[in-house]
Amino acid sequence: MNFLELIWLIPLIPLGGAAAMLFFGRRMDKPLISVIGPGTVGLSLLLSIGAVAQLAGLEKKSHEVVLFEWLPLIGADWGFLLDPLSAVMILVVTLVGFLIHIYATGYMAHEPGPRHGGFYRFFGYMNLFVFFMLTLVLANNYPLLFVGWEGVGLCSYLLIGFYFHKKSASDAANKAFIVNRIGDAGFILGMFFLFQAVGSLRFVEVNEALASGRFAPETGAFGLLSLTAVLLFVGATGKSAQIPLFVWLPDAMEGPTPVSALIHAATMVTAGVYMCARSNALLALAPETSHIIAAVGAATAILAASIGLVQNDIKRVLAYSTVSQLGYMFVAVGVGAWWAAIFHLYTHAFFKALLFLGAGSVIHAMSGEQDMRRMGGLKDKIPVTFRTMFIASLAIAGIPPLAGFFSKDEILWQAWSSPLGSKALWTVGWVTAAMTAFYMWRLMFLTFYGEGRMDEHTRHHIHESPRSMTVPLTVLAAGSVAAGWIGMPKVFGESHFLQAFEHWLAPVFEAAARGMHGAGEAAHHDAAMEWALMGLSVGAALGGILLARHVYLRLKEHERPSGGFIYPVLYNKWYVDDIYNALFVEGLAKGGGGALAQFDAAVVDGGVNGTAWMTRVISKISIWYDTWIVDGLVNLGAFTVRALSFPVRFLQTGFIHSYALMFLAGVLAIFGYYWWVR
Amino acid sequence: MLAPVTTAHYLVLSTILLLIGVVGILTRRNVIVLMMSIEIILNAVNVNLIAFARNLDQVEGQVFAIFVICVAVAEAAVGLGILIALFRNKETVHVDEIDLLKW
Repeated sequence: MNFLELIWLIPLIPLGGAAAMLFFGRRMDKPLISVIGPGTVGLSLLLSIGAVAQLAGLEKKSHEVVLFEWLPLIGADWGFLLDPLSAVMILVVTLVGFLIHIYATGYMAHEPGPRHGGFYRFFGYMNLFVFFMLTLVLANNYPLLFVGWEGVGLCSYLLIGFYFHKKSASDAANKAFIVNRIGDAGFILGMFFLFQAVGSLRFVEVNEALASGRFAPETGAFGLLSLTAVLLFVGATGKSAQIPLFVWLPDAMEGPTPVSALIHAATMVTAGVYMCARSNALLALAPETSHIIAAVGAATAILAASIGLVQNDIKRVLAYSTVSQLGYMFVAVGVGAWWAAIFHLYTHAFFKALLFLGAGSVIHAMSGEQDMRRMGGLKDKIPVTFRTMFIASLAIAGIPPLAGFFSKDEILWQAWSSPLGSKALWTVGWVTAAMTAFYMWRLMFLTFYGEGRMDEHTRHHIHESPRSMTVPLTVLAAGSVAAGWIGMPKVFGESHFLQAFEHWLAPVFEAAARGMHGAGEAAHHDAAMEWALMGLSVGAALGGILLARHVYLRLKEHERPSGGFIYPVLYNKWYVDDIYNALFVEGLAKGGGGALAQFDAAVVDGGVNGTAWMTRVISKISIWYDTWIVDGLVNLGAFTVRALSFPVRFLQTGFIHSYALMFLAGVLAIFGYYWWVR
Repeated sequence: MLAPVTTAHYLVLSTILLLIGVVGILTRRNVIVLMMSIEIILNAVNVNLIAFARNLDQVEGQVFAIFVICVAVAEAAVGLGILIALFRNKETVHVDEIDLLKW
């Protein structure tokens, strides 16, 4: 079978599942839905594996399938592109998506049944999400990518607000949707400018045109290409929760936990990173924008990590961790190490999905409790969850030889050594790595170690999750261990096998690397320095873990350092939400409303009133004309008719009888005429 | 033995019906009765048509009579509809009280 020609089926199958469940879900029972939901994604996974395997055998690693024509003028068809980059993405999306769907059949099992409940709605939305996500990553042009981009935003909205009867959930859904709109506006403008510059929006054509040498790199200047790249990056900050638009992601934790795992950790939020990696040829020509991206990524990474240090809600810690890790990815994008960004995206999908699913399993065991201050001592009661989360926490902290170590270390090394990188970027990344280890292990120690702090009723209920939940956890744990092994640092030896990931992605980025005129050339390798930096980052991770162990395991609660003035700042998320609230919600929408009211009364109303006055003057003239000229003519006509019809008019009496009599008289007259005269 | 019914008999019947209808229209005030009178006149015409169709042994007259019946039905429906609208507004069905449309 030629899977390469069938890639259009990969998104379409989950769409079929979504349609089936959303239209007919009320009439399906839970077991059927539990088969359809994961089943469609599983089929897509099989098709993806087949297609990627055949792609690997191709000489030119790129294959396009155009389903039908859509907007030919701007090079946008309903077409799909399978190349090494989208191959990685569809494998991540379908594999992680499949596991999370299976997990969800167990996690959502208590959701009310077919008629009244959200069970079918949940899986319908999830399948719809997978459809849009696969459209996003398989699209062969920006507009179609944007269709998927908006679609996943819609599904994100629907699933955050899944428990819509809860005010906080529907508020969070609105927030996510509205904040994303801001980014999307940037994306749309970026597409306009890109079309202006290049004349097409098809990825292949855009990248070819940009790498052809027609455009000079805008070093030290800020031209059309840099502006385009910034606008596209604004789109990415919305979807991928970067400063300044990261505020929606922590609130998005109101959704069910599988949603947080799939949409708000593993797949959708990485769409921005994917899009930037897709636009690599553009970024190569816009080094000033790349600096902005790296700076924003680094700032986001450290800001979110610092907030994560003090959060008490288990899912919120993970949410800030996600924001922080996405920051890492943007650092990699910003320093031109696109493959490292995708590498971190791919390893992060495993361990962050695992962490969220593990957190879901904990919440499941704790009868819905999410506050870590009321957990503790769960280590032996839910052993599978504990062991898998243990692995994931080591992985995200960057302990070798787990997945997170390789990808994070590669990003840190690139931040140090790339021509676009700097020591400052590396330092921020390094501090963030230490913070990451600290907050993750704070979470682990508070949740699984020490004394149980839950009430008796909850304690009594604690139970390990069903197999449908623990099996995905185990598979993802295996991924968290081994996923990084295909991207070893170069100091471990260079071969096609050790750096398989980089080599696999190389065809996508080589044109851009040429376009960068030297910036993309591999930085000269200083092996001793790389070893040293690697040692430092592992040291930071171990330091973070040990510090967390000291504070949260050794010290009693009242002995812990208070953190002074910095604690409330971190706990209140650097007051970003409050600042936005004051500036945009209160300031613009309400305070600005006062100013607008003044403007409205004085200028707009004044204009309207002025117009009204003018209209009245004109209408006075018009009335005179109408009364004397127009009406006069009509009345003259009427008067003439009236005068002429003077005697005959009175025949029309209004009495039907008189008419009938005249009628009869007429008939008799005609009759008489024929009788006597003819 | 009765004499056979000839065309002349039909014509007499038709004439009687016509006169009944005309007198009804000229003398009665109730719109419903007026409409009934009109129906009688139309049926006088129908009898006339059928009689000549029979006399001349042609089918057109019958066909035409069918048309007249159809039109009469439509006219009755429309007329009654107007009548109801009229009654709702004027609360009367007497034609001599409805004389707005005059010189």
